[in-house]
Amino acid sequence: MGISKLLIANRGEIAVRIIRAAREMGIRTVQVYSAADANSLAVEMADEAVEIGPPPATKSYLNIDAVLNAAKQTGADAVHPGYGFLAENADFADAVEGAGMAFVGPSGDMIRSMGDKASARKAAQLANVPTVPGSDGIIGDLDAAKVLAAEIGFPVMIKATAGGGGRGIRVAENAEEFARLAPQAAAEAKSAFGDGGLYLEKLIAKARHIEVQILGDGTDFVHCFERECSLQRRRQKVWEEGPSIALSEEVREKLCSSAVALAASVKYRGAGTVEYLYDDESGDFYFIEMNTRIQVEHPVTEAITGIDLVTEMIAIAGGTPLSVAQSDIELRGHAIEVRINAEDPANNFMPFPGVVSDFRAPGGPGVRFDHMLYDGYPIPPFYDSLVGKLIVHAHTREAAIARLARAITEVKTGSLKTTAPLFAALARDADVQAGHFHTKWLEPWLEENAHTLSDDEGAK
Amino acid sequence: MATSEIRSPLPGVFYRSPSPEEPNYKEVGDAVKAGDVIGLVEVMKTYTEVKAESDGTITSFAVENEDAIMPGQVVAEVET
Repeated sequence: MGISKLLIANRGEIAVRIIRAAREMGIRTVQVYSAADANSLAVEMADEAVEIGPPPATKSYLNIDAVLNAAKQTGADAVHPGYGFLAENADFADAVEGAGMAFVGPSGDMIRSMGDKASARKAAQLANVPTVPGSDGIIGDLDAAKVLAAEIGFPVMIKATAGGGGRGIRVAENAEEFARLAPQAAAEAKSAFGDGGLYLEKLIAKARHIEVQILGDGTDFVHCFERECSLQRRRQKVWEEGPSIALSEEVREKLCSSAVALAASVKYRGAGTVEYLYDDESGDFYFIEMNTRIQVEHPVTEAITGIDLVTEMIAIAGGTPLSVAQSDIELRGHAIEVRINAEDPANNFMPFPGVVSDFRAPGGPGVRFDHMLYDGYPIPPFYDSLVGKLIVHAHTREAAIARLARAITEVKTGSLKTTAPLFAALARDADVQAGHFHTKWLEPWLEENAHTLSDDEGAK
Repeated sequence: MATSEIRSPLPGVFYRSPSPEEPNYKEVGDAVKAGDVIGLVEVMKTYTEVKAESDGTITSFAVENEDAIMPGQVVAEVET
């Protein structure tokens, strides 16, 4: 069918990224925007722009009717949701398709199926993808739970099924603790949620977060290798790299093949990411979830494979088959992305919705800077604090870290405080240089080092 | 009797309740003590409490729930 006019239902750096891809494909662009984003770079760059509501996202970027009206009004024939906002909203995907436009992503049903933890876990198991050992569903009988806990292996997490956001989670280190904690958890779940059912899951204490980028057109499916995103603060990734330093060639092949198997088993269409926990000590990996959208850290994969993921997903949505076969995709060198957020790292990462001044973008060999900044741009306080992503690429991981340490000092935003000083410090850290980290590594490091992360350390 | 104004320290989105399912922190006519929370400001997905600075009675809210606000903007008035 082909796409001639693409509406971007997002904002910030990813909107700029999508406009660039569309323009290279000869596709016209429509940028929707809230009243707070009238002066944004994406609005300036797009061929057309439509205001869809007041600043709060619930009244603009999350307003399905407003986005669809803008699409109809401008005659767009496709919608790219970016990440966040409506990107994994199945009803939105259905509404776009229902209005006769192409949704740049999988179908609403696929988003629904992968968005539900239980059904995604089931899909993974059917495709022989290892999942975190646990009870497949609710355990009502405490004696049966004890037997299963021993089978899973301690430490075991005891979760209340009806709980959420970490509520009602207990960790049992051994059978004695389990016998004591499980009845407590059941009683608490019963009184809080009216359901005393428990769910058990193996606790993987020092895990790495490793994810595989996949592409599918519904018929053919490929992986574009992995990214490691173990450096996290409050479960938010801050530094992503590829390939992972922790994987042997053999494990890499197994991990990436499992992601392709999952994509093929559900006949996936679009760009997606299969996320895993990787246990360094045992060499085992476990499926956690699948994201059915483009991810913030996609440029890492673009650097190490040379594939333009955003172009590829737009082409797939327009009915074009995958442009690459698995045998075409090779791993080249090492890439690192760091997230430049408008936050003050020396002040507990307080949001810093300030004004960009005296702006300088980093450059030189192997450097890519995806951002939404210009001199005098006031960062709106209403949205995510991500304002830019610095991506470096080199032949080796060591050279990529040296390149990052060099390029991060070139980022200047004047009076706008950013997380750039954090990455200057991390690039100098011996553990980071050796790749000795896991998902719980960064927070204790910050306890010790955050106070040193002033502007003098980094973006100077 | 004097009127004191409660101002938001930050720019962002103003909320009158801790979550959409819960009741408002305070209504017009409610008594407040200095330090009582009267609303939240969401700045880049981070929530900061807005507190009364003096004892008194809330006489009006100057902004609606989910309105965009600027730093220093008055969100409510208190008769002390």
